Amino acid sequence: MSLILLLVAAALGGLGAGVRYLVDVAVAQVAGARFPWGVMLVNLTGSFALGVIVGALPGAAFVLGAGFLGGYTTFSTTMLDTVALWRDGERAASVANAMGMLLAGVLLAAAGLAIGAAL
Amino acid sequence: MSARTLLRRAMLVSAGGALGTGARLALGVIVPESAGIPLAVLIANVAGALLLGILASRLPGSSDARLFLGTGVLGGFTTYSALAVGATGLWMQTPALAAGYAVGSVVLGLAAAALGLRLGRRRVA
Repeated sequence: MSLILLLVAAALGGLGAGVRYLVDVAVAQVAGARFPWGVMLVNLTGSFALGVIVGALPGAAFVLGAGFLGGYTTFSTTMLDTVALWRDGERAASVANAMGMLLAGVLLAAAGLAIGAAL
Repeated sequence: MSARTLLRRAMLVSAGGALGTGARLALGVIVPESAGIPLAVLIANVAGALLLGILASRLPGSSDARLFLGTGVLGGFTTYSALAVGATGLWMQTPALAAGYAVGSVVLGLAAAALGLRLGRRRVA
């Protein structure tokens, strides 16, 4: 892989991270900050979109997938939010944020792959 | 929050996110897939969760430094989409390994975040 391609993908990852932040702020305004709905929305839409890209445009998977969608979605914040929810006594919300998101993310990724392959 | 503040913060997150994404992609070049498991993604995710735990116990939620390093750099370094798609791809070959990779990532990530929070609180002499 060329260095230029890596730099382009990294720049798009930055763009994705900026979009994630804006979505998170917007969702928190509507849904409140008790549960991390914003990051949930980002991670689920990103998992679906990556499935579609890998299925339909494997050649663009590095730049758009690993780059843009890799920066758009995040794992570290979800782990920290899950620990914080558990410590706040919000046990059901904590499990939903960890395992519910994982299950939904994998199912949406599979749906995205199937749709992408059919395109 | 004013539009100007929001835009400034989004740009701060983007700058960090580009660095984090670049580091994750570089790690992917160095560490290849192993037995179908995207090892680089696993390493980035668990290490990123540990570092975010440390950061979160040291820096308040909305400071510029936290936005740049946490939401930006570590948010971009770690990824959820590659975990979900990686696990799905692996499922078609070896379902047990796929389940182990997906659940293992989350279990290790949670342990790493909790450890990071604890390490961050410890006073350094």
